[in-house]
Amino acid sequence: MNDTVTQPQFTQAILSPTMDVPAGLRDAKGDPAGKRFSVYRNNVAVSLTEALITAFPVVVKLLGEDNFRILAGQFLRAHPPTSPLMMHYGDALPDFLQTFEPTQQYGYLPDVARLELAIRESYHAADTDPISPEALQALPPEALMAAKLELAPSVRLISSQWPLFQLWQFNMTGGPKPEMRAEDVLITRPAFDPQPVALPCCGGLFVQALLSGRTFGEALSAASTHNPEFDLSQSLAALLAGNAISRITEG
Amino acid sequence: MSNTVKTLAVAGAVAAALTAHATTPAAAAGGEKCYGVSLAGANDCAAGPGTTCAGTSTVDYQGNAWKIVDAGTCDTIELPALADGTARVGSLEELDRDLPQG
Amino acid sequence: MQQPLTHSFDHLPAGTGVGYKPQHFQAIMDNPAPVEWLEVHAENYMGQGGRPLAQLRALAERFAFSVHGVGLSIGSESGLDHDHLDRLKILCDWLKPAQFSEHLAWSTHDSHFLNDLLPLPYTNETLTRVADHVNQVQNHVGRRMLLENPSSYLAFAESTWEEFDFMAEISKRTGCGLLLDVNNVFVSATNLNYDPRAYIDAFPLDKVGEIHLGGHDEDEDSDGAPLLIDSHGREVVDPVWALYDYTIAKTGPLPTLIEWDTDVPDWPVLADEARRADAILNRKSQAAAE
Repeated sequence: MNDTVTQPQFTQAILSPTMDVPAGLRDAKGDPAGKRFSVYRNNVAVSLTEALITAFPVVVKLLGEDNFRILAGQFLRAHPPTSPLMMHYGDALPDFLQTFEPTQQYGYLPDVARLELAIRESYHAADTDPISPEALQALPPEALMAAKLELAPSVRLISSQWPLFQLWQFNMTGGPKPEMRAEDVLITRPAFDPQPVALPCCGGLFVQALLSGRTFGEALSAASTHNPEFDLSQSLAALLAGNAISRITEG
Repeated sequence: MSNTVKTLAVAGAVAAALTAHATTPAAAAGGEKCYGVSLAGANDCAAGPGTTCAGTSTVDYQGNAWKIVDAGTCDTIELPALADGTARVGSLEELDRDLPQG
Repeated sequence: MQQPLTHSFDHLPAGTGVGYKPQHFQAIMDNPAPVEWLEVHAENYMGQGGRPLAQLRALAERFAFSVHGVGLSIGSESGLDHDHLDRLKILCDWLKPAQFSEHLAWSTHDSHFLNDLLPLPYTNETLTRVADHVNQVQNHVGRRMLLENPSSYLAFAESTWEEFDFMAEISKRTGCGLLLDVNNVFVSATNLNYDPRAYIDAFPLDKVGEIHLGGHDEDEDSDGAPLLIDSHGREVVDPVWALYDYTIAKTGPLPTLIEWDTDVPDWPVLADEARRADAILNRKSQAAAE
């Protein structure tokens, strides 16, 4: 009998709870390891489930923790981490929520998971010093229109067909019950804690254009073409409050 | 809107944004230190050992029953379906039949 | 890219350290006694910035650091992850820790990272592979590393080496130091039914640069035999303190870490554990001075 246990065999047995324990593993008496192998199965399942619970608090609240644990048990076997950096674990969860039958009917869940991923990315993003708000005002309007605003690495934007910010607030800070509307959520990191805010229409287009390196004027056009009433000051104020503008490059 | 009008409007919007920013409380503007833990959902997902929970029998390896009693806030949120039908108002109660058995 | 830190800690003091948890930041800054140094899990500090790195920057001015990797998968059959080696180097070049350590274990196969320290058979083949990987790590990161003994829940029929001889041989071939986890010795000895003191006696203690102490949980296997689980979720038990005392009597004072990673208690509880280790260390250092 071959007693060699390869790591592919070990991996497969860990991720398949009903599979036989690899022959070649022993207990203290030299008998087959049996239940002892479950320690590893358990460690992997528990530690990854806990990592997901920590990472997706709003999805947990939306589904209830018991249900989330069931979902996590399926997810972690279908999508084990691909990196030792647990801070990034769960990037496949939004798509999983979309196809997992019990959660399919909650169309907003994938976007909620995307928002939570973005918040975590923001938390670990590189530090930058913000511009002083006065620097924005010091620029003549024509120069500002031709300038590019570089946003901090911690800035994220999630555009959703759902009231995404309301969903977040309802579960995290006891906000009112969400009412149907599309929302663009801007995430900034004023210091160390990421802050999501809802942008007024069509602030998402404005920020998205800045993020993709367009000039201030182009970004403004992108938003005001869509919405002639676009409120630039609110979107700018949100960026300034979030220390989100890290550089102005004149055109 | 002509370019001149637009440019003037921009100057006004920048001024308004600065005023709004000046009245923002200091904490939101970056007064916090690196002390304390992150906001809800602590983003410091721990890596590595020590994640073992007590005992080997406390965890069912493959959940097999969607828990109706622990339905989360999904059940209290009523949002209409999108045009493509991606969402219906539903109840977690309907779901226990859907999950593959471990 | 973070500016390299400037500090003067080039070795761990032979006193007590704790595994650093962000919730203890303020308590440690206010009154760390008796804790003299800190250890962090490398993988939690591989982000680009933000609070995690800011906290380390502040703490590194006052404390010597040990970087303890938990995800390198040094025993991996599919080779080391070079991106991860790069990340380790970036972290070490920035923080300039007094010590760097990893585990005699594996956790990644075919880019699947299982987030646990999985066991290795002690064979000639494993020995060659692990020694090769330790050399790669030391060359890439540009510093000597320590290798830690695992907690074992089962044994491999194919093993031909005793764990202590296996580790001694890796140290001999690579020049790496060893990290002796005394709780792991106790857990493995109970689970695999051998004498933990005999293990300590046989261990190459002159290579040990750091000691770990932590709490474990008690369970039993299918036959009702005791099965201890290295949970890091409670106080160190008395028999492990006794084994630590036994070890320190042979080695003299060594940097000693209290690990508490799940159900992390408030700072005073952790400080009490450190105090207990400190009492044993101080007794030995006084004896050494006389």
